[in-house]
Amino acid sequence: MRNTARPPGDGAHRQALTGWGRTAPTRAFVAHPAETAELAIAMNDHGPRGVIPRGLGRSYGDAAQNAGGNVVCTDRLVGRCELDPVSGRAWVSAGISLGKVIDQVLPRGWFPAVVPGTQYVSIGGAIASDVHGKNHHRDGSFCGHVTAIELVTGLGTQLTLTSNGTESEAFWATAGGMGLTGVITAAQLQLRPVQTAHVRVETTRTNDLADSMDVLNEADATAQYTVAWVDLLRRGRGRGRGIVTAGAHALPEELGATSEAGLKVPPNRRLASVPSVPMRAGVLHPKAMALFNDVYFRRAPARPTTTFAPIWGYFFPLDVVGHWNRLYGRAGMLQYQFVIPDHATDQLIPMVDRLMADGIPIYLAVLKRLRDVPGPLGFPISGWTLAIDIPVAVTNLGPALDRLDAHVAECGGRIYLAKDSRMRADLVPVMYPRLDEWRAVRDRLDPEKVMQSDLDRRLSLVARSSGYKGLLNA
Amino acid sequence: MRDALGRIQSVLLIGGSSEIGLAIVRGLPRIDGASVCLAGPDRPEMEQIATALGTEGFGAVRVLDFDACAPTDPKGFVANAFATEHDVVIVATGYLGDQATASQDPDMALRLIDINFRGLVPALVEIGQRLKTQGHGTLVVMSTVAGERPRVANYTYGAAKAGLDAFTRGLAASIDHAGVQVLVVRPGFVRTRMTAHLAPVPFSTSPDKVAEAVTAALGGASKTIWVPGILRWVMRLLRALPESIFRRLPA
Ligand SMILES: Cc1cc2nc3c(=O)[nH]c(=O)nc-3n(C[C@H](O)[C@H](O)[C@H](O)COP(=O)(O)OP(=O)(O)OC[C@H]3O[C@@H](n4cnc5c(N)ncnc54)[C@H](O)[C@@H]3O)c2cc1C
Ligand SMILES: NC(=O)c1ccc[n+]([C@@H]2O[C@H](COP(=O)([O-])OP(=O)(O)OC[C@H]3O[C@@H](n4cnc5c(N)ncnc54)[C@H](OP(=O)(O)O)[C@@H]3O)[C@@H](O)[C@H]2O)c1
Repeated sequence: MRNTARPPGDGAHRQALTGWGRTAPTRAFVAHPAETAELAIAMNDHGPRGVIPRGLGRSYGDAAQNAGGNVVCTDRLVGRCELDPVSGRAWVSAGISLGKVIDQVLPRGWFPAVVPGTQYVSIGGAIASDVHGKNHHRDGSFCGHVTAIELVTGLGTQLTLTSNGTESEAFWATAGGMGLTGVITAAQLQLRPVQTAHVRVETTRTNDLADSMDVLNEADATAQYTVAWVDLLRRGRGRGRGIVTAGAHALPEELGATSEAGLKVPPNRRLASVPSVPMRAGVLHPKAMALFNDVYFRRAPARPTTTFAPIWGYFFPLDVVGHWNRLYGRAGMLQYQFVIPDHATDQLIPMVDRLMADGIPIYLAVLKRLRDVPGPLGFPISGWTLAIDIPVAVTNLGPALDRLDAHVAECGGRIYLAKDSRMRADLVPVMYPRLDEWRAVRDRLDPEKVMQSDLDRRLSLVARSSGYKGLLNA
Repeated sequence: MRDALGRIQSVLLIGGSSEIGLAIVRGLPRIDGASVCLAGPDRPEMEQIATALGTEGFGAVRVLDFDACAPTDPKGFVANAFATEHDVVIVATGYLGDQATASQDPDMALRLIDINFRGLVPALVEIGQRLKTQGHGTLVVMSTVAGERPRVANYTYGAAKAGLDAFTRGLAASIDHAGVQVLVVRPGFVRTRMTAHLAPVPFSTSPDKVAEAVTAALGGASKTIWVPGILRWVMRLLRALPESIFRRLPA
């Protein structure tokens, strides 16, 4: 009976789930439908706690959890990956990972138009978070390259949504809609033509945060893919020094290869995997991480240098270590990702300084420029985004991040819902001023409010009479 | 929902004026603006408390009537209390009474059983169902070491608490697979208004210590905790003593 969720009431098969940060586990009835008919059963089978889809669980918080309700895993919705080699359009099942899609399409000269920092996200998850990649400054987010979505709504209705057809409102409510408009079963992607499986990478070292921002800005003007890794464990003058990488798909002649040989998919290896041993404190420590950062920084050439990297290592550097989230130990970790608009650029450094003064150890920090996306619940706006990884077992982390939330909101910025695991509900409408517009479309698709998740309940995304009101009515 | 930092959004306190209960509510890690629902017999007192909580960073504070002696509509009461879902529910209703009276007056004996056990059962049944449905949350029930072995000084109270304790552990076994934590708290002597007229005994503690112990156990694997922790072993020893020796111990 792997295919259907148990009706709530039969307690035996509830499963504890968390996001990538491994915090705040809750239990749900988990179904693994393999086809649309089984999905319909799992959807109809819901109790008062409703249903949420789950892809590969790479959102950091509780977006793909549903305490007491049903969770529909898409790990068996993987049947379709049909590429039209002429147009570069591909119909892909929602449960397939981006890595698997790359395996299929790259040898034929195509590559996903946008990829996030890991290959282990499902197509459904990439759409539901409308993920951004290193080319966001040029090409926008994932859903800008999705031409159609097949969706099963909370009513069990199957819809085909296109980005500019009659159902474009529903399309853009689903893009970035965190699974709350229904279950995506498949999508048509417009892929990008490439000639090799390698990336030409220009690497530049930067001196501090301001320099990192400048170099990144310059790189954005000419390069297709850019990102800055910055060291925020380092204090004093060099804080925020880092490495800016600017990339472009390599051409065969640059590699000295024929175009066919250039498209041979390089091995996609995991060098190691962190075992599942219960570790209370984790093995990462700020001092050790600071040392690691130092080595990592020094390993990069002091002068700007051009190299060629296989796509896996370039786009998904963290994927070489499986389950790296376990390194943070039992308490888990969180990622705080925010964006602030261009007019508030001068606030970025004070924000970082404040966190450092609060003693918050930032183990990993990535800086990137974004631009607006069409969806009402989409995260990217034109401005700067910083994503920082922090172990949760840090004293005063709550108040420090709460202050940062307020600062971000004040600047007209926002927190990325796919990463959130702790923000305050009453800031959501401030950060996402189009929330009500999204709710109206969502309610039309799912008037019975079948679609529910822990994230949704924690942040009152779907309007409910019983929802948490936070400080709003205080 | 509790967040990644274990902070709660909403708490329900039955025994809405209880010193220990309020210490627990105040000690819980909470998100700014977390809501509170207080339920008890003394509305004016709870309303004063609600005002105070409002100034301490809590958001909405609601007050509900709940009298463990008077027959109520437990379904309606719990449905009302769960108009918003709760991350933590604390049951801190209790009445120590006077054993000398209870030993002679059947009405008083029953009153102790009602407030400390019988009157709480219907609410606990409903709360258990609610928590099971919502699939998350912690139920904290105030028991006592006095329920572990009856003594002349407070056996009626102790018997009622023993019933409550056993009921709660059974409830735990029936719903904890659903992702609900049920925590039985067995303090020794806690210095509150309930015990103000008594001389303190060894291992006496404060409401804040009870609150700390509850917060530490929140979300973990604990099912029963003693406060202070050493009482777990002291009680184990006391339970093992032959009755003839146990009775000769100082009251
Ligand atoms: C190492 C790492 C690097 C990352 N880098 C980036 C990055 O560069 N840019 C970026 O934008 N994000 C990034 N992310 C975040 C990640 O891309 C998103 O959280 C993504 O949504 C995860 O996809 P998933 O399949 O794991 O979905 P899950 O985590 O399982 O679910 C995420 C959300 O999608 C919904 N969902 C999943 N499947 C479906 C479906 N079939 N239909 C409808 N809704 C569905 C869920 O309900 C949930 O709300 C990164 C995450 C990690 C761990
Ligand atoms: N203090 C100790 O030494 C100690 C030790 C072990 C266990 N405990 C237990 O801890 C809990 C809290 O005790 P406390 O020390 O905080 O004492 P408390 O302040 O007197 O709290 C007792 C609570 O029970 C309520 N209550 C009394 N009669 C009630 C009734 N008929 N219906 C509904 N509620 C009623 C009281 O409300 P009103 O104020 O309106 O009467 C009060 O809110 C109790 O369960 C107690 O048994 C206490």
